Amino acid sequence: MELTLAVAIGVLTGSGVWLVLRPRTYQLVIGLSLLSYAVNLFIFSMGRLRVGAAPVLGPDGIANPADYADPVPQALVLTAIVIGFATTALLLVVLLVSRGLTGSDHVDGREGR
Amino acid sequence: MDWARHLLVIPVLLPLVAGATLLLFDERRHTLKALVSVASTLVLLISAIALLRMADGTGGDTLSMSYALASWPAPFAIVLVLDRLSALLLVTTSVLALAALAFSLARWDRGGPHFHSLFQFLLMGLGGAFLTGDLFNLFVFFEVTLAASYGLLLHGSGSFRVRSGLHYISINLAASLLFLIGVSLIYGVTGTLNMADLALRIPLVAAEDRMLLQAGAGVLGVAFLVKAGMWPLGFWLPPAYMAAAAPVGAIFVILTKVGIYVLLRLSILLFGGLSGELAGFGSMVLLWGGIATLLFATSGVLASQAMGRLAGYSVLISSGTLLAAIGLGNTAVVSGALFYLVSSTFAAAALFMLIELVERAREPGADLLAVTMEAYGDEPEETDEPEDEEVGVIMPGALAMLGLSFGCIALLLAGLPPLSGFVAKFAMLKGMLAAGSQGGGIAASVWFLVALVIVSGLAALVAMMRTGIRTFWAPLEIVVPRVLVIEVAPVLALIGLCFAMTICGGAVIRYTDAASTELHQPAVYIQGVLGTGGVEK
Repeated sequence: MELTLAVAIGVLTGSGVWLVLRPRTYQLVIGLSLLSYAVNLFIFSMGRLRVGAAPVLGPDGIANPADYADPVPQALVLTAIVIGFATTALLLVVLLVSRGLTGSDHVDGREGR
Repeated sequence: MDWARHLLVIPVLLPLVAGATLLLFDERRHTLKALVSVASTLVLLISAIALLRMADGTGGDTLSMSYALASWPAPFAIVLVLDRLSALLLVTTSVLALAALAFSLARWDRGGPHFHSLFQFLLMGLGGAFLTGDLFNLFVFFEVTLAASYGLLLHGSGSFRVRSGLHYISINLAASLLFLIGVSLIYGVTGTLNMADLALRIPLVAAEDRMLLQAGAGVLGVAFLVKAGMWPLGFWLPPAYMAAAAPVGAIFVILTKVGIYVLLRLSILLFGGLSGELAGFGSMVLLWGGIATLLFATSGVLASQAMGRLAGYSVLISSGTLLAAIGLGNTAVVSGALFYLVSSTFAAAALFMLIELVERAREPGADLLAVTMEAYGDEPEETDEPEDEEVGVIMPGALAMLGLSFGCIALLLAGLPPLSGFVAKFAMLKGMLAAGSQGGGIAASVWFLVALVIVSGLAALVAMMRTGIRTFWAPLEIVVPRVLVIEVAPVLALIGLCFAMTICGGAVIRYTDAASTELHQPAVYIQGVLGTGGVEK
């Protein structure tokens, strides 16, 4: 499972970085989205990988904490997703405005030489 | 005393409430909006000053105050922490905000929707970032600040703004992702996000995990260095700041200082004296990065044709100087650097506002020969605005006033006496040289830095004088600009504050000395947050 997750994060990051370095605005926004998926998975994995472990302690008080998944990274991921989503949406609007104003989807507003 | 504690949450809560309330009003009621916004900023300034007195007033140097949000205990929940450093930055921010807001009332606040709301949210993010004691909460406040700054940068629209806004947003999104990677790596190794708790746990990290921790701290540092504009990471800064509307450019000056603040706080708290084998991690990068930034920005200032670009590079000079000073990690240098931070922030902000006023005086097309003007020349929104909208008292003797202000800012940026730029640079240089002479000889890098700080001042002076001569003396037929009192007043107020900082230099230096000493005693901070003496656990 660790290997699968690590490969997934690596592939997402690699594609994301490559796309961010491309000159088209569409590639930029997709690249940033892929990167943020990779980062979200990465945060998640920092709570260690567990299968079938609940993040919330039961009502019967504190059992052995080692039986439970770490809830903090899950909360962090949630925040990161919301913030990433909002800022990417904003970026998308700016991209559209830029396209409308300059008539080009190049990130510099005009074609490179 | 009990109620005074709640003052700590005001810099976050007040702008949030004000900004949200402003959303409810229609754009046409801009008098009401402006009134609410100014009132909120004014109260913010008053409470920031009260917080400053609270942080300083207790006499001894063993206080940093924490405020547990919703009374959850410290290492598990988010805390706000007040010490001299954060109080100083809060006051700087709110003074700057008041000046920029007053300036914007003349015309800019009507240049697009929701200016006042965005402005208040920006203040909320800044206040939170300076106060928070939690690493992930810092990320959230960073994002609040940045989201508001995206909106503000685009304020006024126009293709140049949209293009630089696009670059600005992209680079900051990428930096935010790095921030997240760094934070989660640190959490993965230490299992905590509370800064004080981190400072306690970092010395206990097992040797095999140390590299992971260093990687996390390094990635986190890169994210802040992007915001602070360190050399290979700061190319986005001049165009973005140049494109922003004048009051927005002025308030953006403090945004680079957020990166500086976090680097200062974290490098000393996490990798200061307490951290054992990891002590001093990254300080060489900061020192040489700062030096590289200074070199780059100095040549940038000399090469700038447009005034906006000149101002952008002078922000970078200030960043480079501060980064190098942090890299030296010496109490006296950091104290001088804090003085310099306030003084250079005010000067650069005043310059951003002044530029817009001065550019009105220049005949359009005067800069067509200048290479860099190509981007600046096409700003349709300037002409879109009907002139008769400018109601208010028109400044008499505008040109003389502008010229005088320009001269004062040049002195401030260059660090020449009699203004506060000189005191600040003097304090820093004295610290650098004194540290060397105690420990037997001054390192070559320090000599290099000393020379560079002086040369960068000279470069700023040359560039400012060249621009000043071209603007105020060279034109045969000068158009006297229509300048309102409310536009000149903030510029004069900021310069006046720098004057005051020079006259009361002793008191300010005493405060920054205390702030720097307090900063270099991580135990004080930890005590304030966790209520424990420090080294146990």
